[in-house]
Amino acid sequence: MPNDNVFPFLSMLIVIPAGFALVAAAVPRTMGERAQRVMVEVVGAAGMLSTLALAVTMAIRFKLHDGGFQMTSSHQWAPSVGVSWHLGIDGISLFLVLMTAVLFPLALLGGRVKRNPQAHVAWLLLLEAGCLGSFVSLDLVLFFVFFELTLVPVYFIIAGWGYAKRSQAAVKFFLYTFLGSAFLLIGIVAVAVIHQHQTGVLTFDLPALEKTIAGTGTATQILLFLGFTAAFAVKAPIFPFHTWSPDAYAESPTAGVVILSAVMAKLGTYGILRFDLGLFPRATVDLAPYLLTLGVVGILYGAVVACAQRDLKRLMAYSSLAHIGFIVLGTFALTTQGVSGGVLQMVNHGLVTAALFLLIGWIYERRRSSQTSELRGLQRPAPVMAAAFTLAMLASIGLPGLNGFVGEFLILSGTFLSHRWWAVVATFGVVVAAVYLLWAYQQVFHHQPEGENATTRDLSWREGAVMVPLVLLIVFLGVYPKPVLDRITPTIDQLVQSVDQATGTTQPGTGPTTAAPGSRP
Amino acid sequence: MLSHAYLIPLLPLAGFLVLALFGRRIGEPWAGWLGTATVAGSFVLSLVTYGALLGRTGSGREVTDVVYNWIPAIPHSGFQVSASLLVDPLSMTMVLFVTGISTLIHLYSIGYMDGDGDFPKFFLYLNLFVASMLVLVLGGNLLMTFVGWEGVGVCSYWLISFWFGRDSAASAGKKAFLYNRVADVGFLLAMFLVFERTGTLSYGSAGGGGFLGQAASLPPSTRTAVCLLLFLAAAGKSAQFPLFPWLADAMEGPTPVSALIHAATMVTAGVYLMCRIGPLLSLSHTAQLVVSIVGVGTAFVAASIGCAQQDIKKVLAYSTVSQLGYMFLAVGTGAYEAAIFLMVAHAFFKGLLFLGAGSVIHGLHDEQDLKRMGNLRRYMKLTFWTVSVGVVAIAGIPPLSGFFAKGDVLDNAFAGSLFPWKVMWAVGLATALLTAYYMTRLLVLAFLGDDRWKAVVDGGRAKKDPHESPWVMTVPLVVLAVLAVVGGALNLPGHLSFDPLRWLAPVFGPGAFEEHLSGSSQWVLGVVDALVALVGAGVAFRLWSRETERPALEPALLQRSWYLDEVTDATLGRPGQALARMAASFDTRVIDGAVTGVARLTRGAGSGLRRVQTGYVRQYALGITVGLVVLVGYVTFLAVAR
Repeated sequence: MPNDNVFPFLSMLIVIPAGFALVAAAVPRTMGERAQRVMVEVVGAAGMLSTLALAVTMAIRFKLHDGGFQMTSSHQWAPSVGVSWHLGIDGISLFLVLMTAVLFPLALLGGRVKRNPQAHVAWLLLLEAGCLGSFVSLDLVLFFVFFELTLVPVYFIIAGWGYAKRSQAAVKFFLYTFLGSAFLLIGIVAVAVIHQHQTGVLTFDLPALEKTIAGTGTATQILLFLGFTAAFAVKAPIFPFHTWSPDAYAESPTAGVVILSAVMAKLGTYGILRFDLGLFPRATVDLAPYLLTLGVVGILYGAVVACAQRDLKRLMAYSSLAHIGFIVLGTFALTTQGVSGGVLQMVNHGLVTAALFLLIGWIYERRRSSQTSELRGLQRPAPVMAAAFTLAMLASIGLPGLNGFVGEFLILSGTFLSHRWWAVVATFGVVVAAVYLLWAYQQVFHHQPEGENATTRDLSWREGAVMVPLVLLIVFLGVYPKPVLDRITPTIDQLVQSVDQATGTTQPGTGPTTAAPGSRP
Repeated sequence: MLSHAYLIPLLPLAGFLVLALFGRRIGEPWAGWLGTATVAGSFVLSLVTYGALLGRTGSGREVTDVVYNWIPAIPHSGFQVSASLLVDPLSMTMVLFVTGISTLIHLYSIGYMDGDGDFPKFFLYLNLFVASMLVLVLGGNLLMTFVGWEGVGVCSYWLISFWFGRDSAASAGKKAFLYNRVADVGFLLAMFLVFERTGTLSYGSAGGGGFLGQAASLPPSTRTAVCLLLFLAAAGKSAQFPLFPWLADAMEGPTPVSALIHAATMVTAGVYLMCRIGPLLSLSHTAQLVVSIVGVGTAFVAASIGCAQQDIKKVLAYSTVSQLGYMFLAVGTGAYEAAIFLMVAHAFFKGLLFLGAGSVIHGLHDEQDLKRMGNLRRYMKLTFWTVSVGVVAIAGIPPLSGFFAKGDVLDNAFAGSLFPWKVMWAVGLATALLTAYYMTRLLVLAFLGDDRWKAVVDGGRAKKDPHESPWVMTVPLVVLAVLAVVGGALNLPGHLSFDPLRWLAPVFGPGAFEEHLSGSSQWVLGVVDALVALVGAGVAFRLWSRETERPALEPALLQRSWYLDEVTDATLGRPGQALARMAASFDTRVIDGAVTGVARLTRGAGSGLRRVQTGYVRQYALGITVGLVVLVGYVTFLAVAR
């Protein structure tokens, strides 16, 4: 297969953080604790920033109006078992890669740990390699390897640097997602076997598999779809597979929860979009109403349960459930508008959630608590922190002019075109989001502060430096989402068309000439 | 100038950015002067733009100004939204009075907020509010209007809870945001529906390619649905029944905020929206009927509440709700011009009344209770006279602006045929009686009678004598008082020569009353209006100039705002909290319980594997790592060996 780049961008994207992880792990302990800390942090920052530079270069070189995979890299790896090193990037993965590359250095800088920084940095770098590898893999086994690889660093980060109940949370997270992955593995093997049965070729190459699997019978597709989706639904998480997340989020250290909620959650929604829609279009169309329902239930249920939370991190976990519900809704709307909105929402949710979890982490560092009952009036001693929290909160609520709005609007209006009543019900989720976030804000930042609350430190320069890029991105993507959407929509349009072709459906149009709008047949 | 309309909102936005970055360094009072200057600059720019627009005729008076491509065209559905501004007579009327009043209130705030620790932040919010409000009225499509709509909402939230150290202020801000959020669902759904049916969200009249141009070809059910959904949004923003309780609580904000946002400008956004979609609304009889019934109903209910309030700002708040109801009555009867006329006149006299109330509160050192005021005319002459002008204007006594503006609305209700037996008109007239009554009551309790504030002892110290406010506060009072007097000239009835609001004509057709009412019946109706106003004012004067406690006239039902808060709490608030608690316990017990249950079951069943499954996930994790290494190594080995 031809490689359309002399420079192996995507391979480097994985190799650089993985390599730096090894370097960080190799920093000798003999040099003294302080020197070692500085050293590993410099290594970590260097690794993540060079990855970021690479990702930005890729984004600049990314060709517009091209819905296919770009910068592909394809090498024979283990032809006897059909596994190849096949990487590629398109409108779906480009911004997830960028977001990942942006968030890791921020998580590193914003979530520094006191104890054993060496291992923390090394695990984070390895985790970055795993996340980036998952987003660019076009071989099912390769994807699975990276997808699973992410579990290990996260487990050790939660268990090593987490809060009081860290070990239970880590175990629960690990077992739950591991169980989901088992279904995925079975699904992957089954897909390859079916392909081999039909063509005589054993391969795990996604584009090759799509050609045969997309045409298999609906019953087969549904079984395979369920296997794949089990893993992704747990990872995202999608209602009702979410109960690991409040515990894992609440007990994670700051860097861990930022990556877990902002980046790794997207592995789930990305997996659905990349594999379910491409490989199993018939099952996708048939099961869309159920998945849409799960999305809508997630939106409302997550928001309602969030209203009853008294811990900021648990509140954010349920808030994430609701926001992931929007992504699911957009994906299974199966209109170009809705799915594009879903992809945009993945990026937006990543940025906003990262900002909020960083801020909550910093509050915890100061006050040793993220309970709303113990925090009060922080806006008085910490106005800059309050302003940053307000901005991220408003983006999360979906205030137009900030990034969250554009994605949500495209999702809801795109869903309205194909599945009107799901969109109508989901729109009410927008109200409830405001209820819990404004309530939390009032509890934590309003009122007259007393005692320790009154002397809470405002953001330090380091924390401010972490927040600035996030704030700028949140505003920029809200005011000018065009550069992002221009690169997302060609891929999505191609994807939705391929689903339509495989199932003989068409996505609904708009305007006065549209006949009987409503559900897709 | 018409193609540079974007400068109008950009100027206050620039002020906001400068204040956001350097506000604390600029400090008091220069932050205030900076804010005032940017808004005044906007006002000048809008005057120039207005002049340029007046020079044109017919369809030339509609200019769409695309600033940039906001959401690029989505393949297939063709969804595309520009950050575009629509400059036409309607939007420019709004822009003119918004920037004009904002300039005055910015100036006033320099005096009112004097000495507040967050002085620069106040002007930061205020500037962002003005920028948002201008985007709202200038927006060239529904989504741009929505941007401004939410922007003013969030500024309102910040400004109501400006003194967030007070629990009541923090809660009031949240309440305002949430009521508006509920209503916004209507706005969002309306946009989805409009886009689905017309493929665009741009307004655009017949020639503009927008959805309003396609109004006639839409099915009636769609027209009604869109209008009612947008009316839900409008009812939230403009505090109509049953979504008005937030506005009374919003009085927790500093008084200039109440004057600017919660009386003169933001709360009229709903009326503006309804006028904007007038071409669509006029084609839906059902929607018109709903709008006018809700409007006149709210006008009456709120006026009745205003009669029994004790807090000077609460009286004015309910009065605002009531006047907004009148505006919706006008909109519902198709009299868009009358609605805009009353909106502008109301901005003058209600802005004046709030600023006057602020002057009183300021002078009495934060006293808002009417029953603890009295005889202030001796101490605050200028405030007394200007507030009196405001009261006469809102009461509808000729020849002040309120008489003409309210008369216009009532005449249209009289001539309209939406509802039988002139019920709309009769309820509107009864409301006018109540309006004259409660406003006179306010004036008498605050400015006449005994010096009751002397008897009030706070913390062992008697109040200091009230004082008149500084010039930055009284100049806006005087300017607004003049406008409240002569504002009626904007739209004199009977086709008198001077008629500037006529230039709304390309947007709106003539009102109903001009077609159906003869000159003589207009005279009769005018006399009836004036008599009703005089009766209301006279009764209030008789009842309240000697006596301050008349429990029979202040029943609990009215004092507690028809128990609307209690009803909302019982039907939505407490059940909502209960639902959240139930869902949370469902989540931990049932859903998570199932998960842990399955896990236990597996552990119990697989006794042979017990040793491996002791929960040492470290081992699993290590296993995975080792497994992956082996797998990768094996695969690499194969590749190399090949």
